[in-house]
Amino acid sequence: MASYTVREAFAAFRRAPLLTGLSAAMIALSLFVVGLFGVAAHNIRVVLDRIEARVEVVAYLHDDATPDQIQALQAEIRTIAQVRDVLYISRRQAVELARQQLSGFEGILSDLDTNPFPASLEVTLQPGQRNADAVHRVADRVRGYPFVEDVRYGQDWLDKVYLLRRVAGAAAIVVGGAFAAVAALIIGAAIRLAIFARREEIAIMRLVGATDWFIRRPFLLEGLITGLLGGLLALPATYGVYYFLSDAVVELEWMPGTWVVLGVLGGALFGTYASARAVRNHLQDV
Amino acid sequence: MIRFDDVTKEYSRAGAALSEVSFRVRKGEFVFVTGHSGAGKTTVLRLIHAADHPTEGQVKVSGFDTRELSARETAMLRRKIGYVFQDFRLLPDRSAAENVAFALEVTGARQSVIRTKVGRLLAQVGLAAKARSLPSELSGGEQQRVAVARALANDPVLLLADEPTGNLDERATRGIYDLFRAINAAGTAVLLATHDAELIRHSSGARVLELDHGSLVYDSHPDEAEAD
Repeated sequence: MASYTVREAFAAFRRAPLLTGLSAAMIALSLFVVGLFGVAAHNIRVVLDRIEARVEVVAYLHDDATPDQIQALQAEIRTIAQVRDVLYISRRQAVELARQQLSGFEGILSDLDTNPFPASLEVTLQPGQRNADAVHRVADRVRGYPFVEDVRYGQDWLDKVYLLRRVAGAAAIVVGGAFAAVAALIIGAAIRLAIFARREEIAIMRLVGATDWFIRRPFLLEGLITGLLGGLLALPATYGVYYFLSDAVVELEWMPGTWVVLGVLGGALFGTYASARAVRNHLQDV
Repeated sequence: MIRFDDVTKEYSRAGAALSEVSFRVRKGEFVFVTGHSGAGKTTVLRLIHAADHPTEGQVKVSGFDTRELSARETAMLRRKIGYVFQDFRLLPDRSAAENVAFALEVTGARQSVIRTKVGRLLAQVGLAAKARSLPSELSGGEQQRVAVARALANDPVLLLADEPTGNLDERATRGIYDLFRAINAAGTAVLLATHDAELIRHSSGARVLELDHGSLVYDSHPDEAEAD
């Protein structure tokens, strides 16, 4: 019985190669667009991750804080769950850093009578704890300690980065969902066409006592193969566009392997699901 | 084997197709269902095949109320009922042998069993030499023989035939009728719906049920049926 299912599914491709090719092309087109969006979403994520990795809270200390007091403060900040490390930058180290980072202004820094840079504690956060809320919470807590004069963490741009991330996330869900829905509709329509073309065969199957499950199986396999084929066609097309853009316009990263596998399997799943729906509706109608 | 009890069938658009029809058919009986076009002949066959259900009354086949059957049970019942149509309903892109094999494949029969049985069935209907022919390469009578072979594939206890000779010439009609008679002689009950009065006249001894506007107006052997 399994051999019948496989034979009939492949026979359907032989009988209507144009329809099968068209269905696979439609699925490929939908998945191609979803794939391009996937590349864009992945690269937005990569950029945001890079920015996020640089998020830190800097606590500027009063000049009269003693080394013992600073050590005690360092130890206390380390006990905060979100904190990964606390690095002490003395006033002398601060001016050295300024000299390195502000090349060309060495003269101005040398002319100063006194060191204007305060000592500071650079607080780095645990990965996953660098979102705006967590940073705000840590900054507020650090600000409450004695000897801390001011706390800076680039609040404005941090808020913007996280707003951008939220917008990108929402866009991914909305646009990705819309394309997925369009893909499902296209696959469903293609399979309905295939079922319509074989309505007489289905009627005869029922006539001779085929169960609904027996009738469905070749169509499900056909949907799965068509979906898989569409996914495999979409893959080189998406990679081609990625390669061109990465080479000629802006350097991009290719999607993670799991996304690619999920995309291709998603095509197969869509094909099977759309086919199952179309056959079920047809069998209910006849 | 078949029992109609006060069966009424109404369609939402066409109205009543059958009105309070009652009859019984015994195992191995040969029955003509006759009447003019629209008399309800096809409706009777569809109700027996569980393709439709009565609006009122009860249809029982082999003791099962067709309305009570699940989808799977309906499929199993249909394997024991062969069905032949006026327009043959063969798959045009498959050979005669493949059309017959189709009815066996749905039951999950093994390929070796299918091959043997298809050969035997095509020989039985006189088409062993045309096993590889497509329906388009066969005459009307030959196509109907393929349809009969397909209907017999699962050793049915009942064969339903809806105007099976309607598209055939006189000679082919006689051949198909003789085939039905032979099948019946082997123990399969046959219900043959036809408005061909000539065919019925030449079939002495067969039971005749006549329908008119959805009502059963004549039953040639009512007492025999009741005895079953």
